[in-house]
Amino acid sequence: MSILKKHPERDPGATEVVGGDELLVTGGHDFTSLTNKVSGIVENKPPSQWWLVFTMAVSGLMLLLGAIGWLVWEGTGVWGLNNPVGWGWAIVNFVFWVGIGHAGTLISAILFLLRQQWRTAINRFAEAMTIFAVITALVFPGIHVGRIWLAYYMFPIPNQMLIWPNFRSPLLWDIFAVGTYFTVSTLFWYVGLIPDLATLRDRATKTRKKVLGFFAMGWRGGNRQWQHYEKAYLMLAGLATPLVLSVHSVVATDFATSMVPGWHTTIFPPYFVAGAVFSGFGMVMTLALIARKIYGLEDIITVNHLEKMNKIILVTGSMVGYAYMTEFFIAWYSQNEFEVFAFINRAFGPYAWAYWIMFLCNVITPQIFWFKKLRRSIPVMFVASIFVNIGMWFERFVITVTSLSRDFLPSSWDYFSPSIWDILTFVGSFGLFFTFFLLFLRFLPMVALSEVKGVMPEADPHHYHHKEGGAK
Amino acid sequence: MNQTLGVLARFANPAELIEAAQKVRDAGFEKFDCHSPFPIHGMDDAMGLKRSILGYIVGGMTITGATLGMALQYWIAAIEYPLVISGKPFFSWQAFIIVTFALFVLFGAFGAVFGMFGLNRLPRLHHPLFYSDQFAKATDDAFFVSIEVADKKFDETKTQEFLASIGGADIELVVGE
Repeated sequence: MSILKKHPERDPGATEVVGGDELLVTGGHDFTSLTNKVSGIVENKPPSQWWLVFTMAVSGLMLLLGAIGWLVWEGTGVWGLNNPVGWGWAIVNFVFWVGIGHAGTLISAILFLLRQQWRTAINRFAEAMTIFAVITALVFPGIHVGRIWLAYYMFPIPNQMLIWPNFRSPLLWDIFAVGTYFTVSTLFWYVGLIPDLATLRDRATKTRKKVLGFFAMGWRGGNRQWQHYEKAYLMLAGLATPLVLSVHSVVATDFATSMVPGWHTTIFPPYFVAGAVFSGFGMVMTLALIARKIYGLEDIITVNHLEKMNKIILVTGSMVGYAYMTEFFIAWYSQNEFEVFAFINRAFGPYAWAYWIMFLCNVITPQIFWFKKLRRSIPVMFVASIFVNIGMWFERFVITVTSLSRDFLPSSWDYFSPSIWDILTFVGSFGLFFTFFLLFLRFLPMVALSEVKGVMPEADPHHYHHKEGGAK
Repeated sequence: MNQTLGVLARFANPAELIEAAQKVRDAGFEKFDCHSPFPIHGMDDAMGLKRSILGYIVGGMTITGATLGMALQYWIAAIEYPLVISGKPFFSWQAFIIVTFALFVLFGAFGAVFGMFGLNRLPRLHHPLFYSDQFAKATDDAFFVSIEVADKKFDETKTQEFLASIGGADIELVVGE
């Protein structure tokens, strides 16, 4: 029986229980009303807020394109990089965006394997978020090479110089890990979309029907199709689960295999994965709260769903906090004075301000979710999710810049300050992400209809036998 | 020229659809399908379907991907472009595991998705059932059984009567070109 029953007075909508399971879709929806609700969002004109946000997003995208244009024209000197700090905001932003993607795959694959049915309400747009976050992330390795027309050097393709990339480098592992991650996430997302595109197709007419019909591939919802479809979905989940855990581990090896104090630690891969899921859930939460408000999806993305996400934020945030402390412990325990210096410098050196922003946002903020009242309060969780996003960006900044700015030779130490182009590129990357995301909200079903229907009590054949027997 | 392509019958809910599937199977039909807006648990057994072979396709693809991945790196690092880096051996297989794993997953995912399309004969934009107007509800809230004209037991009137006898409603002869 659901634990929510204990607090019926707090949230009357949250206590609907059927057959011992809490009801995932509230508000008395049936299959038909669910289809109408979700399809209606893309079939009707978007709300005026959509246009407002979309205009801002496209402006941000223009900013990004302008900043990249100037970078390509002038070279990486336009960024605030200096001699010891040769890796600046480009890598920070890359890790930030890739990390955000991880929540989508966690929701779509890992929670699927764990049979967490509540995932169905949020998995579609969390997966969309993954894809767009990875696209945004991939911009940075593409442009940070300076001469971007030579970016093809990163791939093992035959060339006129007869040279090949070095597969012993973690940077090349990254290309394959993130490239595979993007491809698999996109396939997973598209497979999930096919039945819902068929739903939209069957409601549409004329050109719209043809376009949707093309992408729905002629889906007929026959069980002979569902049989292979479900198998494919299970296989994809099984493949995506180790993949998502490996991707950020590989990103972590970019740092961990370098002989730089503060980077060269074995804790990095698991610590990065926990941080990635943490940051991703922060972003899913921010986006879910906005979308559910604007499109009135309170019955589908209920407070129960949000509470479960907050629990994951609490768990992963605490794991991140634990990792921060372990780093300090290991630095002390190693008795290596350079390692000790790197961490004391991180917390009390010139970047102490960034370190403590990170610490407050990532370690302290999620602790509020120990309290049920705060875990179920929309304004509280919205603010907390923003803090998580900020904190996780600063985490990557702290890791990258504090270690590099204190090089092996004190004479080459320097302080990194971003240039205006660093800032515009970063702000612009949000424009790119939100442009994609808003187009997705406008044209594709943001809730996985067939999956949500499948977890409603009416979808279970046994539901009807109970009824006939008078059990309910 | 218009011709009969099959019969379609609607059932009220997933429980009735499963019962209908069992009865259609027991009556000896083979070329039939049960359409629903979401997969129904237990339907494979009710229809008497064999296990999907997709797992074997994915298994084969993952092994292919991993083999290709390791072979590519071996060929590049040890044969085509041997470079001494940090005094490591040319064939540093430990360092090659990650790319091997990435290609294992990538090929497996291609196998899962395109294997599923192949087994489901997709894309297929034109299908007799799309001639039916009520069939559009199959992706919304309705549950159908369809029996194809190609089935050995198919008979225009008898099959319709049979579907009515097991509780089907809105029985329709699917007619198209």
